[in-house]
Amino acid sequence: MNEQTTQLVLDSLGPLLRATVTTTIPLTLISFVLGLALALGVALMRLSSVRVVSSVARIYISLVRGTPLLLQLFIIFYGLPALGVRFDPFPAAVLAFTLNVGGYAAEVIRSAILSVPKGQWEAASTVGMGYVTTLRRVVLPQAARTAIPPLSNTLISLVKDTSLASTIQVTELLRVAQEAAAPTYEFFVLYGVAAIYYWVVCLVLSFTQARLEERQNRYVAT
Amino acid sequence: MTEPTTPLTTTNSAVLQPGPLVSVSALAKSFGHHEVLRSIDFEVAPGSVTVLIGPSGSGKTTVLRSLNALDVADAGVVRIGEVEVDFAQRPVTKQQVATLRAQSGMVFQSHHLFPHLTVLENVTAGPVLAQRRDRSEVAREALELLRLVGLEEKADAYPYQLSGGQQQRVGIARALAIKPQLMLFDEPTSALDPELVGEVLMVMKNLAAQGWTMVVVTHEIRFAQQVADQVLFMDGGVIVERGTPDEVLTRPRTERARQFLHRILDPLD
Repeated sequence: MNEQTTQLVLDSLGPLLRATVTTTIPLTLISFVLGLALALGVALMRLSSVRVVSSVARIYISLVRGTPLLLQLFIIFYGLPALGVRFDPFPAAVLAFTLNVGGYAAEVIRSAILSVPKGQWEAASTVGMGYVTTLRRVVLPQAARTAIPPLSNTLISLVKDTSLASTIQVTELLRVAQEAAAPTYEFFVLYGVAAIYYWVVCLVLSFTQARLEERQNRYVAT
Repeated sequence: MTEPTTPLTTTNSAVLQPGPLVSVSALAKSFGHHEVLRSIDFEVAPGSVTVLIGPSGSGKTTVLRSLNALDVADAGVVRIGEVEVDFAQRPVTKQQVATLRAQSGMVFQSHHLFPHLTVLENVTAGPVLAQRRDRSEVAREALELLRLVGLEEKADAYPYQLSGGQQQRVGIARALAIKPQLMLFDEPTSALDPELVGEVLMVMKNLAAQGWTMVVVTHEIRFAQQVADQVLFMDGGVIVERGTPDEVLTRPRTERARQFLHRILDPLD
């Protein structure tokens, strides 16, 4: 690596880090948290005994999983203005990723809820708990144990999927790397730096996942 | 549901009953085409122990689960204290189910303790999370109940760290914690290793001695002989024989009861 390239890499470290911290990570976390809330609602709808309700949830999940995420982004950012709905790049990305996580995580949460034995619902009910209390205090805490590994996968995928937002003018990590590389043609090193940043974020998340799983296992025999 | 004894009749009028605590009449239930219960009638006097025995599939567990509407009967009336539900009147509302259910504590065959909560938290779950009572007061009562079942030193353990018999005793304490009028036991010792059965039956015997009204589904004939005031022998969804333990267990009148008792008392004969 010549001196000029080295200097370019050193100069890019700051801006790429800033893009990671101010855009990629917030975009990931906001979308994930909102997406999880949505997913819980969709999962409960999917489990509903009311036909219409569970069908709505089923169709939503099918649409999200059956179309490319990039296309979902494009429809929200480039397509909706035709209907008079206009978003700035960042909110458009948050919306697209939230809807996406909502669909994928809904299936994870639904099966995790179903993995809790029926006897838990019955026992909760015999000590007086209603549906919401049972869900909150008995079923979801146990479902979490089952759901954490697949939900961690969803989160880690999301970190990398946020790079798609570069196509709708969100100045996240990949876009900043592109912009730095374009005038100099130093694609290899700058994309290399970006890759390492993504990787480090995912490493931290994997580590957090391991800690969470350990904590969840405190009440089961090993 | 802070006061399980709140008068709330779901049918006609609230009449103070000096007689039985529980009355069941014309209870019927089918699962698909299979008639599990046909016209079950019985009463339970306050402070008495009723034991339901009979072959598996005879409907005894369904009777028990109908008393707290875990199984919703197709027809018949269940009254516990001042709460009465007529199952023939549809729909049976969630409120009716909840009110009826609050009258009794339930002990399951496979305990169904909450695995993510400690023993103490399991016992306080009902009063704190459902009845919204004061946490410290409930914790005091819960420790008292754990002492009653001989497990106060296990308060901070998780259910998986206990033996089957201990888990079942925690289940009993959890059921008692909601201060029910009636305790229901669904084959509480059937899933246990033989050497753990005694400690659970001992606790139940003590509860009976303290005056708890209990309805127990069990195969423990010796328990029934010692503790029951009334034994109901069920077969094919009906009560075939009823009476004192001596009448039903020692001198059964029907051939079906005789055969059943013979099979469990002398399985090799």
